[in-house]
Amino acid sequence: MKNILELAYLVPLFPLIGFLINGLGRKSLSKSMIGIIGSGAILASFVVSLLIFFQVKGGNTDTLNYFSFIRAGAVNIPFAFQIDQLSSIFLLIITGVGFLIHVYSTSYMHEEKTEHFGRYFAYLNLFVFSMLLLVMGANYVIMFIGWEGVGLCSYLLIGFWFKNPEYNKAANKAFIMNRIGDLAFLIAIFWIIGKVGSVGYSEVIAAATEGSKFTTTDITGITILLFIGATGKSAQIPLYTWLPDAMAGPTPVSALIHAATMVTAGIYMIARSNVLYSMSPLTLNIITYVGLATALLAATIALKQNDIKKVLAYSTVSQLGYMFLALGTGAYVAAVFHVMTHAFFKALLFLGSGSVIHAMGGEQDIRKMGGLNKYMKVTHITFLLGCLAIAGIPLFSGFFSKDEILASAFGKSPVIYAVGLFTALLTAFYMFRLYATTFRGSFRGTHEQEHHLHESPSAITIPLVVLAVLSVIGGFIGIPEFMMHGGHKLAEFLQPIVAPSAKLLPVHEVSHSTEWILTGVSSALIIGVVFFAWNKFSRKPDTGEATGFGKVLANKWYVDELYEKAIVNPLAKLGGFFNNIFEKLVVDGLVNGVGRLVSYSSRQLRLLQSGQVGSYVLLMVLSILLVFVIQFFLRK
Amino acid sequence: MPINYYIFLSIALFCIGIAGVLTRRNAIIIFMCIELMLNAVNLLLVAFSKMHSAAAAALPDAATVGTDGQLFVFFIMVVAAAEVSVGLAIIVMMYRNIHSVDVNFLNRLKH
Repeated sequence: MKNILELAYLVPLFPLIGFLINGLGRKSLSKSMIGIIGSGAILASFVVSLLIFFQVKGGNTDTLNYFSFIRAGAVNIPFAFQIDQLSSIFLLIITGVGFLIHVYSTSYMHEEKTEHFGRYFAYLNLFVFSMLLLVMGANYVIMFIGWEGVGLCSYLLIGFWFKNPEYNKAANKAFIMNRIGDLAFLIAIFWIIGKVGSVGYSEVIAAATEGSKFTTTDITGITILLFIGATGKSAQIPLYTWLPDAMAGPTPVSALIHAATMVTAGIYMIARSNVLYSMSPLTLNIITYVGLATALLAATIALKQNDIKKVLAYSTVSQLGYMFLALGTGAYVAAVFHVMTHAFFKALLFLGSGSVIHAMGGEQDIRKMGGLNKYMKVTHITFLLGCLAIAGIPLFSGFFSKDEILASAFGKSPVIYAVGLFTALLTAFYMFRLYATTFRGSFRGTHEQEHHLHESPSAITIPLVVLAVLSVIGGFIGIPEFMMHGGHKLAEFLQPIVAPSAKLLPVHEVSHSTEWILTGVSSALIIGVVFFAWNKFSRKPDTGEATGFGKVLANKWYVDELYEKAIVNPLAKLGGFFNNIFEKLVVDGLVNGVGRLVSYSSRQLRLLQSGQVGSYVLLMVLSILLVFVIQFFLRK
Repeated sequence: MPINYYIFLSIALFCIGIAGVLTRRNAIIIFMCIELMLNAVNLLLVAFSKMHSAAAAALPDAATVGTDGQLFVFFIMVVAAAEVSVGLAIIVMMYRNIHSVDVNFLNRLKH
């Protein structure tokens, strides 16, 4: 084959076909058939993605124009895919992790009815399709289609068990919160069209660097709006509260959508627009502080959560904050690196927690678990590896990416570094609180549950093992420069993407000796915290109700209550006012008034029709006379 | 004779007709008044037609100028004759049914 990049359209096509087959045939296909089609579609995409990746690695990038999507006046928006270093990395993450999660789901969702099983896989394939569209699009409009598509699928999958009203509420919350961000994204797109007349990445970047079409204010405005879009999708302050609630969906969905792929869309978008962001220091500062605050806030909340999935959810929010911190310091490669390693270990942790929940018969409260290491060997070891990776123990994948972020934070300001490191320690602490409470100590559930405990089937454990291997070795593609010269393969690979912005805003370089010290200090502290948490919670798990400040954390800083009081209630009141007062008095008054006027006037007019021929003739004559008189005067 | 005389006469006839239709209740008299109005119009048509043909005497097709109005009059007469036969028949039927030709009894249109 001469140019394998021409096959790029196949990557989103397979999941789309899988979606159509599973969606339409969900009542007639068997479960094993649905599982094979759903997973097979993603596997096929993964194979094509791999081929594309090796092409791109050889320096072969391309923009593929398929057809004109929107043409209006001077604006022409093509339906085009951009295959380059950044998108090919994301393709691998999405299809690779996606495939493992599909395989996992065939076993995890097996107790669903066939119809719902088919619906589940159809949604999952549609999600992968949208996500691929998002990262492959060559302009902001195609990205926006994928952006909305993943939002929709997220809504559908969070509310997958739609008979539970709580889950529906969580789905609505996710959708509405995302809409707030989407609106900002949309405004940014219109702003770009207004200024450049085109939305292709290359045109926008060219216009930005050339400088005549954009003023600094434009760039700042656009980047801030895009960032607001990213805060919705990637769960940053102030729009993060939907993500923990999104855990209402099935666990593999949490792993795929709310940890590994969809929530990284915002990071992808900013990494994609890195030139624009590098031109606006103000926006970068905002991103840094929002990211840092989110990382810290979510980490503190995670300390006191007792739902296994809630801990992981807040840890996801916190890690996303980390990625934004990296973006804010201009370390785009570090952010993408962390997206990748996070995809591995967070998918692993979620799938591991799914395996635990499965074994516990649906129980999610870690206070009722404990000592599971004796019953679930594979799950236990892989989960432990995931925890080590996310905590940032040296040589695990999280170590490299987190260290790179912390180093660039140090380059920006030691204070930011200190807060970042503190967050990393919190991460290590709550992850090992989770691990020790779940797997160490003695079992605290009912006898019935204990009797039921078992290792999960191989369709669940194999993805766990694969992800565990990736979590362990995934970091070695990004060995920092100070440890091994030329060790950061990912940075080399992504060089063409970030080169233009690196010229505008040099990444804060820290001397190698400083980096050694920073790494040494953070590693030592993290290992200390891990041992502390492991010992503390293995011996005496945190089973009581939280008190004092812990209660504030357990209640998530009362942010949900604050939103409820400050935003939801006033809006509901306003809605009530319009419904009860405005609607009833003004709108109804207008409509009924028109009706009443017509019936009243017709009642009066009816009296003219007396039935007397004489009176009709008289009226006729008088009218004709009137016409004559009017005619007479008009002629004057 | 000046055309004004004809106009005044036909207006007078027409007004008499209207007054009759409006004031009288006897169907036959109303009918006669309608005929009176029709003939007032006929008179006016003929008068104008004559006036036009006199004014157009110098034109090359003077022989046919002003004949239209007179033709209309014939048509009106024919239609009026037909109308009279129908109208009288209605009045006869009315008399057979209600033993009166008073139009004020005929207010059934109301219902």
